[in-house]
Amino acid sequence: MTTNMSGKTAIAGLGITEMTREYIGTTEQVAVQAIRMAIEDAGLAKDDIDGLLVNAGVTNDISIGLQKTAGFRNLRLMNHMNAAGSTAGQMVHYAALAIEAGMANAVVCVFADTPLRGGSAGAAYGQIRNTRGMAGMGPAYGFFGANTGYALAARRHMATYGTTHDQLGAIAVSNRKWAEKNPRAMQRKPMTLEDYHNSRWIIEPFHLFDCTLVSNGAVALIVTSAERARSLKQPPAYILGMGQGHPGNPGRAGFENEMNTGAQIARGTAFGMAGIDNSDVDVCEFYDCYTYTTLVTLEDYGFAPKGEGGAFVQNGRIEPGGELPVNTGGGQLSGYYMWGMTPLSEGIIQARGQGGDRQVEKHDCVLVSMQGGLLDFHATLILSPHASNN
Amino acid sequence: MTTAAQTQPKPVPEPDESSQEFFDGAKRGELMLSQCNECKAWLHPAAPVCTECMGNDLGWAKASGRGTVFTFGVMHQFYHPGFTHELPYNVAIVELEEGPRLNSNLVNIANEEIKVGMPVKATFVDQGGGVFIPKFEPA
Repeated sequence: MTTNMSGKTAIAGLGITEMTREYIGTTEQVAVQAIRMAIEDAGLAKDDIDGLLVNAGVTNDISIGLQKTAGFRNLRLMNHMNAAGSTAGQMVHYAALAIEAGMANAVVCVFADTPLRGGSAGAAYGQIRNTRGMAGMGPAYGFFGANTGYALAARRHMATYGTTHDQLGAIAVSNRKWAEKNPRAMQRKPMTLEDYHNSRWIIEPFHLFDCTLVSNGAVALIVTSAERARSLKQPPAYILGMGQGHPGNPGRAGFENEMNTGAQIARGTAFGMAGIDNSDVDVCEFYDCYTYTTLVTLEDYGFAPKGEGGAFVQNGRIEPGGELPVNTGGGQLSGYYMWGMTPLSEGIIQARGQGGDRQVEKHDCVLVSMQGGLLDFHATLILSPHASNN
Repeated sequence: MTTAAQTQPKPVPEPDESSQEFFDGAKRGELMLSQCNECKAWLHPAAPVCTECMGNDLGWAKASGRGTVFTFGVMHQFYHPGFTHELPYNVAIVELEEGPRLNSNLVNIANEEIKVGMPVKATFVDQGGGVFIPKFEPA
């Protein structure tokens, strides 16, 4: 027997700290600050919280100890979750399942990271963690950070399908246009395609503007039942669909994981639960650690045939006023980098209709994708201001 | 011209129990890869168990060293002082005839000449301290 979960739970609270390159406190401090903001946003009291799910970022310095730090004393549900950048989605999935099963009423999901502590923005991401055995081979060849893996993946797509820098650049430019309308975005200076081409190389084929920025900060949200959410302070962001996909790249002949994401697996589960098709989607909030990630994600949700994501993003299609608004807060490229909480937080804002200058008028169906590893892990959420798709 | 940066060594992998055969082979000029004795799957990088049949009877076999460039990039960003004087340098994934893909560098070719799909063959380079690693050159 299966129960359709669609519309049974909702996101009722959202807390976003300042997003900055500056020091704004320890990771624990910003995590608790975001939790407090989310509780206040929902109109709940601290004692109403009976579930806590924690996701640490690259600094990896929050875990289940956050329960004591924040002083939660009657939790019925708790865990530290880790599926890399896709974890934000998984936390909401498991929170919703637990609520529907009667194991908890109000579950806080939190992500916090403070990798910027002086020095280069990417320093925390480029560190050599291990030189022993096979793990030492990457640094020996000069493979550093996520930039390398994603740049090589993008090259494979470019060589296979003829994807161009103009097409990758169109994504960077679109993100910046959205970010100009988002007071919280960290990069809001207007950017042209020429500016994109002129930005320095990080690792060819990636320019600086192909790559995410890095942020200190935290995001927390509260999942509760649809019924409870209706009695709270904010318009509920109903969870209509949930799905995951984890392809597991074997790195050998016959597999093209560099050009295919877990969205191909997750989409069917999430779209099936929500009872929607692509034509129902009004807004996309995608994990966009690189321009290329947006391109390949659009393909894998079926908005463009495989190999045609580049042509799809041109001519303003995903920009403000375009036919398919994508990453309406500026995404990770121009907004802020809170791993999966970047697309998820903006998805909640759009579903609530609280996007201000950047609010997409028709926002009945918001597709959120969260992505981890090198296209290894994927989580999908479909959010809506309505408890039903009908 | 010698600069301070040029005297900085690159990171040298430390052979361990699970990778000793690979590094011993590289020193001999042979590309040794882990292989499952049960189902014959090639396993690179060397794994603790077979990723296909989940068995743990693993051995080593010599690969041809021939393959093609699966994808590549050209690194401009400074991460480690051992690479300062080589910036920009290439990083590549090579798909071997036998199927496994290896992270590596391409040598004896200008970065501008590298193409996805081009045939390459292994050559072995001293990374420092007598630890050799496979790199690839045009075949």
